[in-house]
Amino acid sequence: MTLRRPPSRAELRRERMEELVNYPLDWLEERSGLIGGVRYFLFRNVPSDINWMQTLGSAALTAFIVQAITGVILAMYYEPTPQGAYPSIVNITDHLTMGWLVRGMHRWGASVFIILMFLHMGRVFLFGAYKYPRELNWIVGVLILVMGMMEGFTGYLLPWDQTAYWATVVGINLNGTAPFLGPWIAQFLRGGQEISADTLTRFYSLHMLVIPGAIIALITLHLYLVIRLGVTSPPWSKEAAGMEPSENGHGELRPGLTRPVARGAAAQAELGGSE
Amino acid sequence: MEPEHPSPDTEHESLHEEAHLPPPTLWPIGFAIGIVVILVGLVIDPELISVIGAIIAIVFGFLWARDATAELRGQAVVVEPERRDLVEAGEGMTAPPADQQGAAPPASEGAKIPRSRFLEGATLGLGGVIGGVITVPVAGFALLPSFLGQKQHKVDMGPVADYAVGRWYVATFIVDPAEGTVSRRAAFVRNNGTVSEGGKQVPSFTVISNRCTHLGCPTQANGPSGSILGLPTQTEHTANGKIELDPVVPAGYGCPCHGSQFDTEGNRTAGPAVRALDRYEFEVDNGRLILLSTYSVSHVVGTGAQAKIYKYRQAGPGEHVDGPEQWFYPLQPPHH
Repeated sequence: MTLRRPPSRAELRRERMEELVNYPLDWLEERSGLIGGVRYFLFRNVPSDINWMQTLGSAALTAFIVQAITGVILAMYYEPTPQGAYPSIVNITDHLTMGWLVRGMHRWGASVFIILMFLHMGRVFLFGAYKYPRELNWIVGVLILVMGMMEGFTGYLLPWDQTAYWATVVGINLNGTAPFLGPWIAQFLRGGQEISADTLTRFYSLHMLVIPGAIIALITLHLYLVIRLGVTSPPWSKEAAGMEPSENGHGELRPGLTRPVARGAAAQAELGGSE
Repeated sequence: MEPEHPSPDTEHESLHEEAHLPPPTLWPIGFAIGIVVILVGLVIDPELISVIGAIIAIVFGFLWARDATAELRGQAVVVEPERRDLVEAGEGMTAPPADQQGAAPPASEGAKIPRSRFLEGATLGLGGVIGGVITVPVAGFALLPSFLGQKQHKVDMGPVADYAVGRWYVATFIVDPAEGTVSRRAAFVRNNGTVSEGGKQVPSFTVISNRCTHLGCPTQANGPSGSILGLPTQTEHTANGKIELDPVVPAGYGCPCHGSQFDTEGNRTAGPAVRALDRYEFEVDNGRLILLSTYSVSHVVGTGAQAKIYKYRQAGPGEHVDGPEQWFYPLQPPHH
């Protein structure tokens, strides 16, 4: 059948099929612009000489997503009470199918997340990627790191074994030695003057609701700034990297910036004069 | 343009010609706040808060009503309508005043709050009020229970006769049976016999908390205990559940976490701890030893019943109670 048809008709058919398949995407795009947004995010221009070091941020993000997903599943089986916490951990680890795996991913992934954040931070520092105009993104990143460590602190108590208990005693009392507000911070963290069931439930709430929410908000801001300001090229870059090609096809004015630079005789003269 | 002050003879006419809008006023917002306070008061404290709300509502309601009826009562109202610039007329084109009046409310001088600005402010203000009404109870619930209503616990440690005079015991007990084992604590207890106080013989105990004054780890007695001494661990069942008394001959106490060392009276001898070990207040009630709150101790001179204890209110581990470092902790949260 198809052999008899002229190629133009087959092409036509193919086109129509594509249209049909793409219909849901087109529907979404027309009403939200989301497809275009995702395409813009995924296929935006980056300097040609970026390297693998610049994937550490994405790696840290992936680690966070793993933590979020495994954490949600663990929360289905974990019981934040002094009587139930440790037995529920034992149940997850020893009895539930693949519980050992998911708990292991969450337990070790926590360290992976922190390590990747530090590596990413080191890359940003050594590449000078924290400099103008990206200072704010450095600050946001530091806040994410602090939040990640608070996740570590609050999550450590949840198994409710001797290590968890005494590590939290010491951790809270460390906060308590901070001048002036320290005793109040410690008492807030304990939920009273002594560690109790309230401490466990509030650490659980902080660990799985408050701090992850803050991290998600901060990551959103972090990514927005990355997209807005563009990716820096490595310090050894020879090209005027990181700059979106202008209408003329040349981005030779300010390396490392996607910010539009004033052009024209006056701006050129100013640039020339300052050198 | 001159501000138009309607003279008595033109006033009647102008009232009908102009768009009849009430002048912008902030009184309804105050009135609304009053109503909200009344409603909140009905939940919290109808006799106080609701009355305050009623007063606010009445005062602002009166002001509002006075404003709204000013025209009817024949008082000159300074109406502040939105200012509109004249039509961007071409060269030499000036709209006659008569036409103006028909098209739009006359722009008057001194219109300080244009309508758009007023609405903007009202939206932000109302949003702020709603946000505040939600935030205050939530933030209060998040923060205050940690500080208010802290209970004092009495721990029944069993009959005084259980404690041989002059012997140290590691006493393990549950502070709050309702909390369970999470409130289990240990103390080093020695019965010092009796001491004469005001002509009476009063029992004397040394009760030292085992919480390290560095960061709160459990200090351990340095010395032989229980089976090594050939003495059994005594158990006693009281209102606080099981009390365990383990006889011990301590040379002092040591912390396993960071190595602080204390002598038998709790004085710091080495390590990062900042003061002597905390102690328990106690009383002897009906022949039974009852532990009360803890207090902090900078140091102790002497031993046993003759010890002079430099006593301070309970401070957290790692906090100095004397010397210049205490100035870092001027305000302590409520504690029992």
